[in-house]
Amino acid sequence: MSRNSAGFDWISIFIYLILICFGWANIYSASLGTNTGSFFDLSQPYGKQALFIGLSIFLIIIILSIEAKFYQRFSSIIYLISLLSLAGLFVFGKTISGATSWYSFGSFGIQPSEFAKFATALALAKYLSDIQTNIRQLSHQVKAFIIIAIPALLIVPQPDPGSALVYAAFFFPLYREGLSGFYLVTGLSAVAVFILTLLVGPYWVSGVVLLIGLFLFFRKRKKRPGRILITLFAIISIGLSFSVNYIFENVFEQRHRDRFNIVLGKEVDSRGIGYNTNQSEIAIGSGGWLGKGWTEGTQTKGHFVPEQHTDYIFSTVGEEWGFLGSGMVVLLFVLLLIRLLQLAERQRNQFTRIYGYSVIGILFIHFLVNIGMVIGIFPTVGIPLPFFSYGGSGLWGFTILLFIFIKLDSDRLSY
Amino acid sequence: MRKVLLYITILTTGLIFIGRLFYLQVVDTSLAIRSRDNAIKVIYDYPQRGYIYDRNGDLMVSNQPSYDVMVIPRNLKPFDTTEFCNILSIERKDLEKKLDKARIYSPMLPSVIIPQLTKSEYAILQEKMRKYEGFYIQKRSLRDYQVDHSANVLGYIAEVNQATINDNPYYISGDLIGRAGVEAYYEELLRGVKGVKYIQKDRFNRDIGPYKDGIYDTLPEKGKDISLTIDAQLQEYGTRLMENKRGGIVAIEPESGEILALITAPNYDPAKLVGRKRSPNFTELYYDTIARPLYDRGLLAEYPPGSPFKTLNALIGLQEGIVDTDDKFSCNHGYAYGRGRKLGCHAHRSPLDMIPGIANSCNAYFCNVYRRIIEKYPSPQEGIDAWNAHLKSFGLGDFLGSDFYTGKPGKIPDSDYYNQIYDYPTYKWYATATLSNAIGQGEVLMTPIQLANMAATIGNKGWYYTPHILKEIEGKPIKEEKFTKKNYTTIEERHFEPVIEGMHEVYKSGTASTLRIPGIEIAGKTGTAENFTKIDGKRVQLTDHSIFVAFAPVDNPKIAIAVFVENGYWGSRYAGRMASLMIEKYLKGTITRTDMEEWILSHSLEEEYAKPLSGEPFKINQ
Repeated sequence: MSRNSAGFDWISIFIYLILICFGWANIYSASLGTNTGSFFDLSQPYGKQALFIGLSIFLIIIILSIEAKFYQRFSSIIYLISLLSLAGLFVFGKTISGATSWYSFGSFGIQPSEFAKFATALALAKYLSDIQTNIRQLSHQVKAFIIIAIPALLIVPQPDPGSALVYAAFFFPLYREGLSGFYLVTGLSAVAVFILTLLVGPYWVSGVVLLIGLFLFFRKRKKRPGRILITLFAIISIGLSFSVNYIFENVFEQRHRDRFNIVLGKEVDSRGIGYNTNQSEIAIGSGGWLGKGWTEGTQTKGHFVPEQHTDYIFSTVGEEWGFLGSGMVVLLFVLLLIRLLQLAERQRNQFTRIYGYSVIGILFIHFLVNIGMVIGIFPTVGIPLPFFSYGGSGLWGFTILLFIFIKLDSDRLSY
Repeated sequence: MRKVLLYITILTTGLIFIGRLFYLQVVDTSLAIRSRDNAIKVIYDYPQRGYIYDRNGDLMVSNQPSYDVMVIPRNLKPFDTTEFCNILSIERKDLEKKLDKARIYSPMLPSVIIPQLTKSEYAILQEKMRKYEGFYIQKRSLRDYQVDHSANVLGYIAEVNQATINDNPYYISGDLIGRAGVEAYYEELLRGVKGVKYIQKDRFNRDIGPYKDGIYDTLPEKGKDISLTIDAQLQEYGTRLMENKRGGIVAIEPESGEILALITAPNYDPAKLVGRKRSPNFTELYYDTIARPLYDRGLLAEYPPGSPFKTLNALIGLQEGIVDTDDKFSCNHGYAYGRGRKLGCHAHRSPLDMIPGIANSCNAYFCNVYRRIIEKYPSPQEGIDAWNAHLKSFGLGDFLGSDFYTGKPGKIPDSDYYNQIYDYPTYKWYATATLSNAIGQGEVLMTPIQLANMAATIGNKGWYYTPHILKEIEGKPIKEEKFTKKNYTTIEERHFEPVIEGMHEVYKSGTASTLRIPGIEIAGKTGTAENFTKIDGKRVQLTDHSIFVAFAPVDNPKIAIAVFVENGYWGSRYAGRMASLMIEKYLKGTITRTDMEEWILSHSLEEEYAKPLSGEPFKINQ
């Protein structure tokens, strides 16, 4: 350890360890068949996950041993390797459950999209922290956008739209570093128009947009965005509303529509597409205050919830540990994210801060989308819950993502 | 703003998530219930229903296996429907309808396609069953009746209805429950306790082992075998005697209150309500509103008791001290009262004291006694109520409290009743207004079981056990206090002697002198009750009911009996004969007076019952 080292942030590491261990306990329960074998039975998901966790510890030691500057210096190369590995999937990829996201090594597989996240974070941090980059300039915004978009675009056709969605997380570091709030307003407005259109139809949305537009238009204020801008906004919103409606009704396939309709509460189909969400809600709901106890979940044992040890692992927590357990997991994630925010904000080095924000953004999007889906307030998007869901690549991806930041943070005094 | 945006977003998300979790896990309890529904399968293990024996240990009801054809629609494969329908002798359309219904109920859960195949029907199907994937056979246990009578006593079992399921969590859809008679009253004894197994299921509805290693599972408990107080042979004999007549016979063992026979006519073969024909058979019985085979006349029919009721008035008279056994009353073809009104009587010598008064059933004698009872008190109200209290002590005018869910209180009028009828105090009424009570007509109503219990009480000289049908549970005598505690009447023992002698005289020289049985001393009383019906809104008198009560032997009664034959004319004509035959059958085991038996068996009253329905004018009491 260098003399500038401030030591590792043990709070984050501690939360990480709790999540990993608790996650494994739930994977054990969710993948436990009728036959109880050894904890480390490598033919079972829980056995493999135990191995993955062991290897993660090994990874952590390596990550923390490498000098902090290495990550900044080699970020471009790491990014390139990552892009190549994603592109290579088109040639060498192995298809598992319909997605060509894997390199296969015997019975183990590597999912490069899980590693592309930290690579992109490094590359973006490197670019933005460059003394010559000014995020307020449009051309630089475009370049930053390209860095983010390339891996996302490589992932979409696998197809894995969920993992691609994660790249929206990079909005957070961009905004923190000075990206105009205009994008935020625009983005949020677009989302609002989108959801409202699906809920109440384009005519109502148009009416509301017009009313707001008129109110802003005739409001006597000096320093306001020009009337042209307001008019433009209104027109675009209405146009978007109608086109969303058109796309939703004519371009989307029924299965896509179903996913939205279920979350928006417009349709209840607990046997078809709504099955996952419905079963997961039943499992969680049946947990009550304290849950049914570890490995005692009847829904979990009956394997009623599909993908329960991977994307739906949180439903096991809900069923077997109740409100107390699932609430605690939510709280741990919030604590971890807040702690990481504190770490990011105390950086003097812009690279570390941007990387930190990227880490927080990525973890947050996973947390938001995954738990939101499992508890039925977000459409079904297949992305894992960090540190919890079964899967070696995912676990290692998140571990590397987090511990590079912890390493960088420990080096903050050298700036 | 740039620094706090992410803080706010993270904290908001965390709060929303915890709120949503709180709603799902703590507020909305319906999800917990649904989890139980789809993850845990409950399998019930049904125990054998208890057997039913008669008082002599003869088996009356046992069990037989029956086979339900079940289907799990999801597992169905195309099959030869024509052959399938032929084997089960059902219409193809019906099969399709049933399959559709099963599919709608649940594609994964079993539904009954054809219930209650017999062993032989099942045998044919069994070897072909493997050809019909998705179908399987569910074995159940049904009643197997060893007797073709006593349906009214035994009752029947049927599938529970939704109301019972809602009221009683023990039952689930498809369970069988006792619905009438002993099956209903002693349901909990007979049914036993079903065993329960909780099975953890997976999402394909497959069993994956016992839930929590079976700590909640229980074993079934067999239903208890019970013995009834019924004498099956006597019951069968009485049923035969009652063929082609309507009415009821109730026989009670006076010293124990045990019901030896409880017969209603017409009745039905209990086996009719078992198996595939159950439903049409039940409908047929249920909608027979003229003969009413499901109506237990022994327990439910309230008839005017007629002359047997006179014995009670005699007892009350003696107890009230207003009459002596030697007091004579004259009878001039009836009893004249008020302004030229007269309650008629038949021809007999006059005047009479108590014993020949009972033996000859003199109306005038009992009118005198009754008036003295009522007029002993300052007001007729007090008189009626005193009279009423004595009768209540015989279990009249109220439910007897036997171990049947059905029953009728009969009617013994009191002062309130007459006050209301005569609009007291605007108008006054006197003993003469209620005079028909003297001879068991008018406002007095009794059920056959109350009549039989009255005979038993007189035989016991003043006490009775509440009549009951259950004798033993698994060979152990019942201990129920209600049935093992004597009920005493308000009449002192000594007053019974002359009344019993009068009833004995009925057989020796009186109205039943033709019904004597060699070697058995019987005390009895004939009765003939006027009765009416309504035809096109008009009150029309029908042929009198034939009534008889008796107990024997006189000095140590072993059987008390009441026979009621609707429209059988005078007391000794049908009811008296039957009572004598029943007593002889029970006490001797054989019938010496085969001519009397032959007469009863060969006579039918169907013609009499058809009269009021014919729509034509008819004559009565022929």
